[in-house]
Amino acid sequence: MKPFEYYAPETLEAAVEIMARYEEGVYPVAGGTDLIPKMRYGQIQPKVVVNLKRIPGLAEIVPQDDGSLKIGALATLTQVASSPKVRERYLMVAQIAGKMASVPVRNLATVGGNLCNAAPSADLAPPLIALDAEAVIFGPQGERRVPLEAFFTGPGQTVLGRGELLTAVVVPPPDPQARGTYIKHAHREALDIAIVGVAAWVRFEEGGSVCEDAHIVLGAVAPTPIRAREAEAAIRGAPLTEERIAEAGRLAAEAARPIDDVRGSAWYRREMVAVLTRRALFSVTISQ
Amino acid sequence: MNAKKYPLRLHVNGETYELEVKPQRTLLEVLRNELELTGTNEGCATGDCGACTVLLDGVPVTSCLVFALDAHERQITTIEGLGTTEALHPLQRAFVERGAIQCGYCTPGLIMSAYALLQQNPQPTEAEVRHFIAGNLCRCTGYTKVVEAVLAAAEVSEQ
Repeated sequence: MKPFEYYAPETLEAAVEIMARYEEGVYPVAGGTDLIPKMRYGQIQPKVVVNLKRIPGLAEIVPQDDGSLKIGALATLTQVASSPKVRERYLMVAQIAGKMASVPVRNLATVGGNLCNAAPSADLAPPLIALDAEAVIFGPQGERRVPLEAFFTGPGQTVLGRGELLTAVVVPPPDPQARGTYIKHAHREALDIAIVGVAAWVRFEEGGSVCEDAHIVLGAVAPTPIRAREAEAAIRGAPLTEERIAEAGRLAAEAARPIDDVRGSAWYRREMVAVLTRRALFSVTISQ
Repeated sequence: MNAKKYPLRLHVNGETYELEVKPQRTLLEVLRNELELTGTNEGCATGDCGACTVLLDGVPVTSCLVFALDAHERQITTIEGLGTTEALHPLQRAFVERGAIQCGYCTPGLIMSAYALLQQNPQPTEAEVRHFIAGNLCRCTGYTKVVEAVLAAAEVSEQ
């Protein structure tokens, strides 16, 4: 790896000021589990690296007054997986965080890193988008928030502008009438990347099986994680019957724009979107 | 490009080291090349194999994915911090006695992972062992004897 200038600022303002000095070649580092391999493979060659880990508070997981949960960008996957605050409110997020990569990597890798690297297969994105999470961004102009769904603009690309950092994601208060699940389809249980990931979140009418609202989010089958909105519309406002679930699977597969790669062909991915969407919807129906 | 060195204070196996390192050096490189603690091995250098696993502030991490400067003022435990040739750590003894070592390359990383597991869960089930060490690849043993050794060491420490 080539040398670079190294900063370890102790405030967010200082980090943003350093980041904003450079038009390119400046990279924040949190866990380092994506940055360091990319540097080693020569995919990126930073001129400046800004370590965010000395900034207090960025790793905290804090319930907000309105019932939402703020998950700091520097919270590690291990923290998220084991946090009772996450487990009790958003089990699907804690569960996938505890299955990504491996134990020693989960102790380093962060929520912010997983999202900012913006891999189409990033496992935290589909469940967090399904939960309507917001990205909290801090930059030279102060703080702004964007829906996490709108945070991703392409493979490895986000809405972050010059000098901007993702500081947290805020997940809305849990809905007692809603169930969610995320299914990751991969060859191996550990140290593997999703071939397809599907998150489903469904809110049921009180005491009934009528689906009031649904979010279906697909990972690894488009340049960014995407909502399958036509599939969602197909099940909204009616009981979740086998026929409707099958139709949602078909529409979700239509929404996918997968590619062929080493992990799977586009054809296979599209087929699996239908399968996993059905499986996810059955699973939230049964757990109802 | 500057090749500036930065001051670094590491606490490794109870000793404190004052160093100056280039910013691109990983913790693994500094442990091996500067401190000559060569028990920690480099396998893939991209966080997939676990051969470089050490404890950083008590939790196992792949030291190839940590900039050395990020370990400034933090506590590190390597395989050299567990036992000595004369007095093996119970995990090391169990690995030897159960034939859980063959070429030995992955062994320091596996033992550090197993050590971390037993610290937080002294009586793990076989499934818990297998899940916890999933980040440590071994091409010789097929893992069966490794898992047996970890469970045996857990029993020993219980007695």
